[in-house]
Parts: sequence; structure tokens; C-alpha cells
Amino acid sequence: MAYPHAHPREARVLSKHFGEKDAIPIDGWIERGGYKALDKALAASPDDITQIVKDSGLRGRGGAGFPTGLKWSFMPKDGGKPNYLACNADESEPGTFKDREIMRWTPHQLIEGCIISSYAIRAKHAYIYIRGEFVDVVRILNQAVVEAYERGYLGKNIKGSGYDLDLTVHLGAGAYIAGEETGLLNSLEGRRAEPRIKPPFPAQRGAFGMPTTVNNVETLAAVPHIVLNGADWYRQWGTSKSPGTKLFSCCGHLQRPGNYEVPLDFNLRDLVFDLCGGPPKGRQLLALIPGGSSVPIMTADEIDCDVSYEGIEAAGSMLGSGGLIAMDDSTCMVRAVRRMVEFYAHESCGQCTNCREGTSWLAKILRRIERGQGREEDLPLLLDIGANMAGKTICPLSDSAAVPVVSAIQKFGREFEAHIQDGRCTAVN
Amino acid sequence: MIKPQKSTRIVTLTIDGREVSVPGGTTIWEAAKSAGIEIPVLCHDPRLRPVGVCRMCVVDVGERVLAASCVRQASEGMKVRTSSDKIHTCRKTLTELLLSDYPAESRREGATGDDMLLALARDYGIDRSDIAIPAGDGRTQDMTSPVIAVDHAACILCDRCIRACDEIQHNDVIGRTGKGYGTRIAFDLNAPMGNSTCVSCGECAAVCPTGALTNKTLTVQIRPREQLKKIDSLCPYCGVGCAITFHIDPDTNTVVFAEGRHSPGSESRLCVKGRYGFDYAKHPQRLTTPLIRREEFYPKGPLSFAVKGERRGKPGGLVDYGEVMPAFREATWEEALDLVASRLKGIKQRSGPSALAGFGSAKCSNEEAYLFQKLVRAVFGTNNVDHCTRLCHASSVAALLETIGSGAVTNVFSDVHNADVAVVTGSNTTANHPVAATFIKDAAASGTTLIVIDSRETGIARHAHHFLRIEPGSDVALYNAMMHVLIGEDLVNHDYIRDFTEGFEALRELVKKYPPELAEGICGVPAATIREVARVFGRANAAIIFWGMGISQHTTGTDNARCLISLALLTGNIGRAGTGLHPLRGQNNVQGASDAGLIPMVYPDYQKVGEPATQKKFEEAWGVPLDPNPGLTVVEIINGALKGTIKGMYMMGENPFLSDPNSNKVRKALANLDFLCVQDIFLTETAEFADVVLPATSFFEKDGTYTNSDRRVQVGRTALQPPGQARLDWQLVCEIATRMGYEMKYAGAEEIFEEFTSLAPSYAGLDYHNLSPTGKLWPCPDPASSDGKQLLFGDGFPTPSRRGKFVPVEYQPAAELPDDEYPFVLNTGRLLEHWHTGTMTRRSKALDAIEPEAVCELNPDDLEAMALKSGDYVNLSTRRGTITLKVRASRGVAPGNVFVPFHFREASANILTNDALDPFGKIPEYKYCAVKVAPAQPPA
Ligand SMILES: Cc1cc2nc3c(=O)[nH]c(=O)nc-3n(C[C@H](O)[C@H](O)[C@H](O)COP(=O)(O)O)c2cc1C
Ligand code: SF4
Ligand code: SF4
Ligand code: SF4
Ligand code: FES
Repeated sequence: MAYPHAHPREARVLSKHFGEKDAIPIDGWIERGGYKALDKALAASPDDITQIVKDSGLRGRGGAGFPTGLKWSFMPKDGGKPNYLACNADESEPGTFKDREIMRWTPHQLIEGCIISSYAIRAKHAYIYIRGEFVDVVRILNQAVVEAYERGYLGKNIKGSGYDLDLTVHLGAGAYIAGEETGLLNSLEGRRAEPRIKPPFPAQRGAFGMPTTVNNVETLAAVPHIVLNGADWYRQWGTSKSPGTKLFSCCGHLQRPGNYEVPLDFNLRDLVFDLCGGPPKGRQLLALIPGGSSVPIMTADEIDCDVSYEGIEAAGSMLGSGGLIAMDDSTCMVRAVRRMVEFYAHESCGQCTNCREGTSWLAKILRRIERGQGREEDLPLLLDIGANMAGKTICPLSDSAAVPVVSAIQKFGREFEAHIQDGRCTAVN
Repeated sequence: MIKPQKSTRIVTLTIDGREVSVPGGTTIWEAAKSAGIEIPVLCHDPRLRPVGVCRMCVVDVGERVLAASCVRQASEGMKVRTSSDKIHTCRKTLTELLLSDYPAESRREGATGDDMLLALARDYGIDRSDIAIPAGDGRTQDMTSPVIAVDHAACILCDRCIRACDEIQHNDVIGRTGKGYGTRIAFDLNAPMGNSTCVSCGECAAVCPTGALTNKTLTVQIRPREQLKKIDSLCPYCGVGCAITFHIDPDTNTVVFAEGRHSPGSESRLCVKGRYGFDYAKHPQRLTTPLIRREEFYPKGPLSFAVKGERRGKPGGLVDYGEVMPAFREATWEEALDLVASRLKGIKQRSGPSALAGFGSAKCSNEEAYLFQKLVRAVFGTNNVDHCTRLCHASSVAALLETIGSGAVTNVFSDVHNADVAVVTGSNTTANHPVAATFIKDAAASGTTLIVIDSRETGIARHAHHFLRIEPGSDVALYNAMMHVLIGEDLVNHDYIRDFTEGFEALRELVKKYPPELAEGICGVPAATIREVARVFGRANAAIIFWGMGISQHTTGTDNARCLISLALLTGNIGRAGTGLHPLRGQNNVQGASDAGLIPMVYPDYQKVGEPATQKKFEEAWGVPLDPNPGLTVVEIINGALKGTIKGMYMMGENPFLSDPNSNKVRKALANLDFLCVQDIFLTETAEFADVVLPATSFFEKDGTYTNSDRRVQVGRTALQPPGQARLDWQLVCEIATRMGYEMKYAGAEEIFEEFTSLAPSYAGLDYHNLSPTGKLWPCPDPASSDGKQLLFGDGFPTPSRRGKFVPVEYQPAAELPDDEYPFVLNTGRLLEHWHTGTMTRRSKALDAIEPEAVCELNPDDLEAMALKSGDYVNLSTRRGTITLKVRASRGVAPGNVFVPFHFREASANILTNDALDPFGKIPEYKYCAVKVAPAQPPA
């Protein structure tokens, strides 16, 4: 098995064929059962498909966990304006690299998902907005799109069904904020990727002012499996609020980093220690970020929970995108948080005052604490700025930037104080 | 076309416990305001589309995220809290965040004195020294624009300037660049402002809430409004007639800065000339004492090298007073006025009244124009009175009077919003009527199909849905073909033709001969395009037609205008919202000067000379017998001077040496006059030929009414005291009249306006009182309650038959076609930054800094063929003369064409132009003659 690490305790649905070169071309994919779900979908009505997805309980894998079937049901059905599907393949959240692998190994899994989903929302044009730095993945995806057109899975009158769909792969130009769904839409239209004010939501006014559904790669890739095998089949995994399986991109101080697909009721501690092998020998786990850099940091003893949306939330963090970052006791928390904040300060689109100025304030203060020049008032100041950055801006990037700072100060306050009072770092060498 | 409808739905919400009902679509901020609750804003301005970026106006609507009240619409049952500890802290923190990089001294506090961020800081009691974060140093300054200072450290990225540039002025220059802390406003692709495509309209600096974009000092040190005196007045330049507030320093008697003022015609917008071109009034070359020509400088002739036609010295805009002043000596008012009166009287006695003539000016007020024509008619005893309107729209007016019985516009330019289709032809609107252009650009961006027809691809063409580049002078062929299609495809309005027009049969027969294929061969526009555009026009529910001097300044100018009028009549596009005929007027008072009677064949309000009843009316009003014969027009008067039949002239504010065609002829004509009195604010090229020069007042130094292109009559107010002994123009007219034996006495401009309106039915009912603050459109039957009539002729025309007349015309080529010797076609016109003969704008620091020297434009391919590049010098020669100037490459100019702006005395375009006249409007063919281009050496 070529793909770096696999584990028998995984439940490989989306990642089943990761590592198999032959699964990339369309013939290999069809041999593995590909495009069967599409045939089934085209035989049903769009609303039937939406219903199956609703019943399956599939939730968005891009970070917010919004129920996918419900999102689709917001799309107008009267056909007064064209509807669009936009697949969010901008994957830029620090610590997250699952969508990339889905597209790299199983591009047709995504394309099939896009076709079925477009059919369900009555879209005649779908866009895959892909992160521009994914150069090799773009090549693979473009080739797969050509193949799908050649075989009649895309274009006019797909497989004799009377349904037409065009699919365009659109490259981003290197901004994290282009992954926020309305920033993505602006970028798709050729504007700066600045998030839009909501309401109106994309289903009301999305790409080019038309009703649009934005879904993550992993969300769409799960759709063919659900349509083919049914909602109950999908619900064999996970919890009632978080059914199915989910890919976790695990990185940081781990013995076996990589993508692992587990049922959503899997234990987080097991994921870290069993599947990923825990921290390197001789090191203690200090902190864990379970869902990409935008979610609260957990301490090592908070992670005995299941990985469902509600399970991680109860433990004080969020599932987010499933980008798991482990930090062992060699980590300077101040430094780690400062680097995360610098990322957000760099990636803020610059519209909202709180976010643009707030992120750079946070970074400035953290830098001086890290250098041992912090002041007593800095911690309350950080918390105060954090409080005024969250829940007040056009998009949640501002919240995301505040989250690691606030949670780290709450949970690792001692380390910050040590930097401020003694000018000393508590990380173990 | 779907234009947004206003909602009639009412929603009821609770704001701070108070129930408020507002129309659907109202924002929370607006709803709160209507209930008397003020929510602080930074990025929001009611004139702009809300964007919700600064987050200052956030309120609690019970959601996870606080909502920006400036964008969030009120909804039924919504519960809003506009203040709480959380909200208060948020606003305070935002203010602190924004202040951390803020410069110690805000340029806005020093300039207009209304820095909104510092005001908020005061409200929140923030002490800047308490702010816990050191300032960054990544935000710099950009001082490259001659008029606007950019200080990125003070920029709060509120987006106002971007929206003002994109959505008010539609110049699309400013955007954002960078991310995070590096986010900046940027000009074009992050060019320095001074090198960008910025047109310096200043709208961005006007809307900026902070010290980031501020006006630079142009005269005395710019400073806050409270320290200055405020005068509500008008722009002195173009026919758009923008409303302005001038801020005056009374101590130094200087305009410090200008701001757009609300008016239905200009909605607080201004262009570079109006906002930054006010300082000419204080130029040291202003005339301050009466001047009399010295004995030694007879016989008269030109004085400066530029007027002599010599090429020497450095190229430069301004006359060297050292060259011209020695020819004159200072005189007292008594001596000068007596001399003028006695010389004019002498000529009248010796050679008869028709040996005298007067040129008024479209820069003068209605009162001055009225009084001037009264002087010429009642005192000189002749109708030889004319002014520069002859040179811009006489042909348009001739055609309009002939066909629909009125020379004025039938609708205002801002109504273009209601048009499905707008045609702009022969008009470089963005340069010559910049604020009118903003309304046209705005309409084009929000649903109106814009058709631009021009021989040059001008700024407005870039906003067009259909741009038709025609061969110069081929207009009639194109319009006949469009009408051929409209009639052939039955896209005409039969009911309208039946009820409101006459002469349709003749038109139909004539345009039959102009299939698009034939027109294609003449005007160069593909037949398919002509058909397509004709259909777009024909299918519109409402279409409006704008035109400029590209239509009128031809020997076929009247024919061109007749065609446009026929197009509108054929499709019934007159008298309804979104329809109409709008010849865009050049000078600020072209409309008014004509209304006031500065025209040789009509008395005030177009009452015909030669009609006995009319003559009687004016003889009774003025108490003297009047000449029953129409007088001569501008070019005819110059010809008369050349022949010796015109011997004495009085010119008030005109500069025919630069503005009239064929300057070499004008020079001889002016030198040939027995007596010339020039009344002006500077010693113009024309004044070099004067016997007496009278120092006059500028726009800023007097009260008066001015009538803009829309027919809006507005009041200009005294903002400055005149320099030296300069006197009000109307008083000088009175003095001369009285000294010639006809007593003229008025208490002030208001009294003159009263006399004028009593004789001009269109102005009936208007007075200074009801014209304030934003003027009225004439006619205005009910000034107490209405803004005046916007739409004219919905129910017939002021012609004897009450019908509009089709006047079919055949295509005729221009008077002088290119040949082997003169292979190029010369076209003249204007630049955004300059005004006419440049006497004002070249003495304005900012405008001169932007366009300091004479240039002509050629297509880069032609330049390459001649091995020339931008910045090289060329000689342009026609059968009438040669000028030398720099060349600039422009793709807007078609191959085979040369464009020369006529503002530059050192390379005057009118040395080249042809004085061949349109037979009806008597307008010269400024827009077409044959020219040759040759490389030249820079002047020594
Ligand atoms: C700052 C920011 C960055 C985001 N980046 C991504 C991203 O790279 N990929 C993604 O799928 N969703 C991203 N999201 C979430 C999207 O806005 C959106 O919720 C998601 O694409 C919806 O798809 P889903 O419902 O299938 O999850 C981001 C959100 C924010 C606020
Ligand atoms: S929160 Fe930050 S990233 Fe999001 S719109 Fe505002 S400035 Fe841009
Ligand atoms: S320059 Fe002024 S108007 Fe423009 S974004 Fe900055 S603060 Fe706002
Ligand atoms: S558009 Fe005309 S009236 Fe308005 S500011 Fe410019 S020059 Fe003055
Ligand atoms: S004023 Fe509403 S967000 Fe700026």
C-alpha cells in the first residue's frame, strides 16, 4: 500500500483508493465502481437526491459543518435565473491537506460528486475553485475533466438524460481568504477575494449575482457514496448528529502524520496516540488543535472525546476542517500562537477594521512577549482585543485569529506569564 | 431594461425599545436615524452604496455576530439594540485600533477641519498617548498629485474614496491592494497618484473622512471651514453649471478651497476645473487700471511674438507683459471711458450705426449679456451683436429653431437615468462636460444602453455598449442610413409622426437613397453595425440624444443637427421621461447669453428682429427707435473689419484672436479697426489690438445669474473684492451708454435681471429670491412650488403648426478635403484641464501643472510611419498657417487624423482652421480641414 500510513481501525470510504495510481484515470475509476451513482441519480429527480443527502445527515466538511441537504434546499427551483455550484477546493487552512489528496488520487470521485450535486440543485454550470499552488493537482483534475467530457459525463445531455452540465476548473491566486465562500465568489468573478456582507447568502445571490451553492471538496466527494448506497448505509458510522466518516489531516509532532479517515464517533485520543502513534519518543503531548488553526487549542488531557462535531465542542474546541495539529512539550506556545496570528494578519483581506488592525495588533503584542519584552497589561489587552475581534466582522476570519490567542492564554496562561515576568520560555528542550 | 423599483412594503421593527415603521429595503441605520437615534459611522455616507467595512455602526440584532447597521436591512419584527456595553467597547476599541498608526497631525484637521476619526476619539474620550501599541511604519505618503495629498498612515480603508471614484464619478481609478496590514488604497495598478489615470476630480478627497486624502494648498494656506467665509455660488467654467461653495479668506481676499454644493443638476459633484481651477482670479497679471494705447504704437498691430506669429522664446502659456505693456499707458476711468464713448460715437456719426459692432461673451452673466445687447441695439443703433455661441452651437440652435421652434434642450442631462438608450455624438463629454458625463456613465453602468458615435475614441466611448467610429464629417450619411433602417423595418412611432410632426413623406423619400451599405462607404461604419444600432435605438421605449461640437462645428453643422432631431421625431423620443434632445452647452452661460439676446437676429428670449410688433415692444421698453435689420454674425463682423465696413468694436470678455477660425485673417481684421475697446480681466491676445483696455471683474467678483445647459438659471454670488480699480462689467456698459447720450442706471444686478425677465416670457416669474439656493429651470410658471419645467414639448412644439418639422438633408463632404499636399484631417477641441483660450486655466496653478504645454495627438501608427514618438515636435501646416508643438500618441485618434486642442496661444489651433461657414448657423468648420504634419525642431 503506497499511501504513507494506513490503519486497520480506519473506515476508508473516500480514501479507499488513495495511493492507487490506477484509480486516477477514468477507466480505472469506473472499474472501481465510479459513475454508478451518477446513473442512479440521473434516474431520480433532483429533489429525491437532495432528500437522500438530507436523510444521510451529511454536514459540510469545509469547517462550519452546515447540513448539506438543507443548504441545497435553499436553492430556487423556478429556473428564473441560472443556478451555480461552486466547489471550494481552495484548502488553505493551516494544518489541513485532505482535499488535496482527494483530488490527487480520486479526481473522478470529486467530479462525480459535482455532477450529482449540480443535478440536485439544478445547476447547469459548476466551478471547481482550486488553490493555485496545487500545480500538480490542477493538472490531474484538468485531465479528469477532459475525460469526463469525452465520456459524456459532462456537457450536453449527460448519458442521454437530457441534463446538461459544464464544469470549469478555476485557479485561485494565493489568498487564504479566497476559501471563505463569498470571497471565493468574488475571486471567481475576477474581483479581489473580499468576503461579502451576508445576507444576501450565496443561495440568494452568489456567483455573478445568481443563486449558488458552495460546498467543500470532501463534502461533494461523499455525495456519490451516499446516493449509491443510501442514507442508512452512511449512518452506520458516526453519531446521529454527525453521521458518516471524516478525513483528518494529522500533522505536527506525531510519529505517523498523514490523512486518516475515521467514523465520526472515533475517539480523538485514539486517533492521536493509536493511529498517528502519538508524539515522538521521549516527548509529551502538550497541546492539540483538532480542526485547523481556526479552532480553540486543547490541552493534552482534554482530548478524551469522540471526534463528532458535538463531541469536540463539548470538549472545548471544534471539529472545523479536520486539520489536526499536535504539539509536544518542546513547543513554545507563545511562539506557536504568534505564528498562527501572523498567518491571519497576513491573510486578512483588510476590509474590517477589527480584523485588519486587530490581527496586526495581536501579532505585535505577541512578538514583544515572545522577545521577553511583554508587559503585565498585555494579557488583558490581548483578551480585550480578541473579544472585540470576534463576532463583529463580515466574515469569521477575525474570530479565527482571536481564537488561538484567547484559548492559549486561558489554557497556557502560565507560559505567557513566564515570558512576561521572567523573560523565559517554559518549553522543554 | 429593469430599473429597481422602490418598495411599497412597510416593515416594523423595534430599535432600543421603540417601535419604528419604515419602507422595506431601509437599513437599520436609516431606520434609527428616522427615529432620531444616531449611530456612529465611518465608512458610510448616505451618498454612497453602503459596504459595511469599518464596523463602527454595529448593532445587536440578536445574532451571533453584531450586524453593521449601515448595510443590514430592517426586517419585520427585528429587535435592535444600538448601544450596550459590548457595542460601546467595540466602537471604542475600533477607534483605538485605527488611531494606533494615525499620524500625530491629521492633514484634514489642518485642511477642512472635519476629521471624523478624531471626532470619534473625542467622543469616546480616548487619549492617544494611552494607546498601548507602538505605531507601525509601513504606511507611507504619496505627494505626486498636484492637487491631492495621500497619507496612507491616516487611511482607515473605509472604501469611500473607491466608491466615490467608481460609483459617483465612474473613473475607476482607485482600488485596494495588498492584504492584512499591507492593505492600501491604490491608484490603477498601484501607481503613484500623479502618474495614474486619475483625472483629479477630487471626489475622493471630498468624501474621505480622515487625513488620508486631502486637498493641497493652492492659494493661501488651506485651513478649516470655521476660519473661513462661505459663499454659495457656481463653477465659472462649463455649461454643466455645477453648484459650488467657495471658502474665502477675507483678510487676503482669496478663495482657499472649493466644495461641491448640492443642486439637482450636479449633486455636489465637481470636476478638476471647478474644484481646483479657482485661483486665476488672483493671478498677478490681472488688469487693475484702465489702459490707453500709446501714440508710438500706431498703426496698430500685434505686440507679443505669439500673436505676431513669430517663433521664438521659450514655449509657455502666458503672455509676457514686458512685451505688451509698454504699448499702453495707465489712464483714469474718466479719461478712458470718455475716450471710448467719444470714439464710438464719432464712428457712428461719420459712418453710421452699422459700422459699429459688439462681441459679448458666454462667460458673462445674463444681466451683463442683456445690458450689452441693449447697449449695442439701443445706443450703438445696430443689431451687430454676437458672441461665441456662434462658434459652438449656432448650427444646433438654427436647426432646433427651424424644426421644433426652440433652441434649448428638451430635457435635463441627469434624466439619462430614465433612458433605455442614450446616444452621445460629437461630444468628448468626459473632458468638456465632466459632471454631465458622470450621469451618463452612471446610467450606462445601471441599465441604459449607451451608443457613442464619434470620429475620436474619447473617454465616454470607453463606457459605450456600442461605439461607432465614423469618418470625420460623415454624420449625415450615418444618420440617414439609421433612419433608412428605422423606416424600412418599421421601427418608427406612427402615432407620434401623425400627431406631432410634419414633412415625414419628404424624409422617407430622401433616406430611401441611403441604405446602410452606401453609408458604410462614406462613414466607415459596417452596414451591419448601422442596422444593429438603428434597431437598438428604434426599439427603446425612451431614448435621449446628447451632442456636442463634433456635430455643430461643420459646414454641415445645421444638417447634422437636423438629422438628430429627425431621429428623435421619428421615434417619438421627445417630451417624456428619459427622452429628449440635449446639445451640451460649452460655456457656463451659453444658454443664458443667447436667451438674453446676444444674437444679431433676435432680441432677448428669441423674439425676432424685424417683426414689427416685437420691435415696437423693445422700442417702448428702451425708449429709442431700433434697427429693423438683423445684424452680422461673429465671422461676418470680422470679415467686415477686414473690408473696412466695420470700424469700431467693443468686446466684453471675448478673445476672438484665439477663438475664431483662421487667426491670420483675424489679426489683419483687428489691426484694421479704427477703434477697438476690450474689456477683460487679463490682457488677452485680442487686447493687443485695442485702443482702450478696461479692467473688468472676474466671475468671483460679482453677482449675476447664469443659465446652464439644462436651462437651469442659477445665481453666482460675489466671493472676492475686485483687484485694483477693476469695475463691474455692467457698470462699465452703463457708463459707456450714458456717455454716449443714453442714460443707463441700475442699483445692481438684481434690478437688471428684473428688467430682463419682464421682457423675456421664458424667464417670467424668476427673481433672485426664488432662484436661491439651487436655481430653477426655465420656464417656471410656478416658482414658489416648483423647480421649473424639466420636460418640454410633450404636447406639441412652439412652431406655427404646433408640429415638429422633418428637414431631410443630403450628405455633403466637408469644405476642404485632404489631398497629396495636406494629407491629414485636422480636428480641434478641448482638454479636460483647460478652458477655451486658456486665459483662466493657464493661470490656474493646478490646471497648468497638469497640462502645461501645447500638444497635438496622432495615432501611434502614423507617428511610427514618420519615425516620430510622443514628446517630439511637429509642424502642422494648413493653407492658412503653421504651428509648432509637441506630439502625443493616442489610439483614440484614428489614423490619418490630427487632434489639436485650441487652448494654447503659443501654438494656436485657429491659425490652422478653416473659416468656411455653415450657411444656416454661420458656424465655422473647426472640426475639419486638411493639414500636413512634418517633424520639427524644438523651439530655441
Ligand atoms: C477564512 C475562511 C477560510 C475558509 N477556507 C475554506 C477552504 O479553504 N475550503 C473550504 O472548503 N472552506 C473554507 N471555508 C469555509 C467556507 O466559507 C464554506 O463554509 C465552505 O466552503 C462551505 O462548504 P461546506 O458546507 O461543504 O463545508 C473558509 C471559511 C473562512 C471563514
Ligand atoms: S473578518 Fe477579516 S478576512 Fe473577513 S471580511 Fe473582515 S477583514 Fe476580511
Ligand atoms: S483614503 Fe480616505 S476615503 Fe479612501 S479608504 Fe482611506 S480613509 Fe477611506
Ligand atoms: S463639470 Fe463644468 S461646471 Fe462642473 S465643475 Fe467641471 S467645469 Fe465646472
Ligand atoms: S459605518 Fe457601517 S460598517 Fe462602517
